[in-house]
Amino acid sequence: MKLLAPPLVCREAVELMSDYLERSLTRRDRKRLEKHLANCDACSAYLEQMRATIAASGRVEPDDLDPETLEGLVDLYRRFKEEPGK
Amino acid sequence: MDDAELLERLLGGDESAFAELVRRYHPTLLKVARYYVTSQASAEDVAQDTWVAVVRGVERFEGRSAFKTWLLRICANRARTNAVKEHRIIPADPTPREPTVASQRFDEGGVWTDPPVPFSDVVEFRNDSAALVAAVREAILTLGEPQQAVVTLRDVEGLSTEEVASLLGLSEGNVRVILHRGRARVRAIVEATTKGTGT
Repeated sequence: MKLLAPPLVCREAVELMSDYLERSLTRRDRKRLEKHLANCDACSAYLEQMRATIAASGRVEPDDLDPETLEGLVDLYRRFKEEPGK
Repeated sequence: MDDAELLERLLGGDESAFAELVRRYHPTLLKVARYYVTSQASAEDVAQDTWVAVVRGVERFEGRSAFKTWLLRICANRARTNAVKEHRIIPADPTPREPTVASQRFDEGGVWTDPPVPFSDVVEFRNDSAALVAAVREAILTLGEPQQAVVTLRDVEGLSTEEVASLLGLSEGNVRVILHRGRARVRAIVEATTKGTGT
């Protein structure tokens, strides 16, 4: 007889969310989490926060580069163009 | 303009294409380098050397991987070499294994007593999606290493777990653990800004 996995509590469920979104949970844990989420609004809200955080991360623009650094690197490029052997 | 177009223009000798690639990727190069080396100055050297290698080697770039992957790989290899010279030891998994949500938010049975609110229901984020992006950006900058490097490469730059693992010399399992903790930390910081209660 196969032993049934014990149901998750919220404290355990939150520790599985990132792996769930990465699709790296075992089938057993995925089923347990989905079963928990189906009955838990608070953990569903947590999952939504995690999804929104990841989506927003993907929209983060690069840190501003100070003009001096940029100019220095472009200058390096110019020098190379003039004397490619250097 | 996407990277492939910029690369095409760079091959044609377009200086502004080079400047745009620098603007786009220099901060990420610094993050990858900083993960390996001991100081910001050393990271800046690595990032600069990476651009020199790009200018010298761009004609040999065969396009078998994305430009971004190629660029970051050059940077990681150089940073690794410098880390060896600096005798820096990079811990495989220095992330502490503590719960990612404060225990006082649950009752004794592990059920939420202070449940989260979806970010789509938070007024300041609902009315202005740029506000959430700004909050997330700030939160990522507060992360220590290796979380900042992992979250930046996986979630900001969109690299695969496999690519992140290879760039940072970690196992994919370790990347997932660090990612989990980094994301949870970012989520918690953003949530705290919305209601003034940290997790």
